Amino acid sequence: MNIVMKWIHLLGSPPYFYRFSGKLLPWLTVICVGLLVWGLYGGLVQAPADYQQSDAFRIIYVHVPAAWMSLFIYVSMAIAGAIGIIWHVKMAEIVCITSAPIGAMFTFLALVTGSLWGKPMWGTWWVWDARLTSELILLFLYFGVIALYRAIEDKRMAARAVAILALVGLVNIPIIHYSVEWWNTLHQGPTVTKFDKPSMATSMLIPLLVMAIAFKVYYFIALLLRMRTELLQRERNSKWVKELVGLS
Amino acid sequence: MNDSLYLAFWSLLRRDLLITYRNRAQAINPLLFFVLVVILFPFGVGPDVVLLKTMAPGIIWVAALLAALLSLDSIFRSDFDDGFLEQLVLSPHALSVLVLAKVIAHWLVSGFPLVLVAPLLAVFLGMPADAIAVLVLTLLLGTPVLSLIGAIGVALTVGLRQGGIILALLVFPLYIPVLIFASNAVQMAMAGFAVSAQLSMLAALLLLALALAPLPAAAALRMSLS
Repeated sequence: MNIVMKWIHLLGSPPYFYRFSGKLLPWLTVICVGLLVWGLYGGLVQAPADYQQSDAFRIIYVHVPAAWMSLFIYVSMAIAGAIGIIWHVKMAEIVCITSAPIGAMFTFLALVTGSLWGKPMWGTWWVWDARLTSELILLFLYFGVIALYRAIEDKRMAARAVAILALVGLVNIPIIHYSVEWWNTLHQGPTVTKFDKPSMATSMLIPLLVMAIAFKVYYFIALLLRMRTELLQRERNSKWVKELVGLS
Repeated sequence: MNDSLYLAFWSLLRRDLLITYRNRAQAINPLLFFVLVVILFPFGVGPDVVLLKTMAPGIIWVAALLAALLSLDSIFRSDFDDGFLEQLVLSPHALSVLVLAKVIAHWLVSGFPLVLVAPLLAVFLGMPADAIAVLVLTLLLGTPVLSLIGAIGVALTVGLRQGGIILALLVFPLYIPVLIFASNAVQMAMAGFAVSAQLSMLAALLLLALALAPLPAAAALRMSLS
């Protein structure tokens, strides 16, 4: 226990974190690429075509993991923000604010792929489907977080503001999601198609799970890269950064 | 609530109402804006009575959302500028309770007038009488939620130069559940269905916001003033 706690404290120190993440990144990249190749090969080549949607369903291997990530990142962003506010952990603040653009990117990806999938399935690019609409609102929640962070000049203050906003959003996401679902069932137009996957075949499911893990690892890589950049910027006047870039 | 907190709550509420009363002319503006936005729609979609009637709940509620957004800034703005907010933060009382007093005062002068004017607009758009009653009820339950959630957004942006547009980005997504349940209740009332489910949901949202929203708003105010 003692060693674990000590290590967590060490990770909170910027120079240690910078060195450690630098060592971690190549391994993560190898894992991510490996999983992506496995998942894409399994999904695009090995998995049989769907009996209804034929090959069009294969976009699921990007769409569904991206949609999962969009929520996962929002939750981790809010949790990191809470840790940052409660215990004043600088690293948690950085995790919180650097997660936002990545999460927005995944949300955007889920929206675009959902819309691409909708074209052959529904015959139109956009339907006010409950899940797509929730994703759209989620995208704007991310935009709010990013805009607020950009607008506040004092970045420590901005990190706290963003954390408060992320927590408020976290409480609201279930409310928004279920009210949108309720709204959608009442207003349901001619399309009742849903992205429900009633008992997928294993050969289709495994690549999906592999892709989901690959996306998580990708998030981790992107997060580390962004955190390193943010650290260098914030600590540009400190000794370790100057030594790192060979200024002193 | 202990006695002094009680006293602080009421005197703050009274103070805010008094200040608004002395600046009556400014308090009218969001109301005029609300009426104007609704009046714009017949010009935009044409004077088709049937179409306007079907769209009326949505039009009035979206206009109420916009009017609420426009008036939000006044919850904390002038107090931020003249340093009164700092005194509030320094006071020994729970900041969230004081924030609640300010939000209630704000709703009484900016949200409640919308409730009073809405029936007139509903008549303009050809809504039947029983649906108007439901509309007033949804506004009574819904607009306080807008003020409460909005207070969080204003508290986060009050220190910023260009807080206005960011405020819209922050609060509109959070307003969507209120919009859904409220305008749907009015639509269903117009179609002759029972609306108790929607009204219960709105009441639940109101209670939730009443209990929770002052806390992040107070935290955000502390952040904005640090």
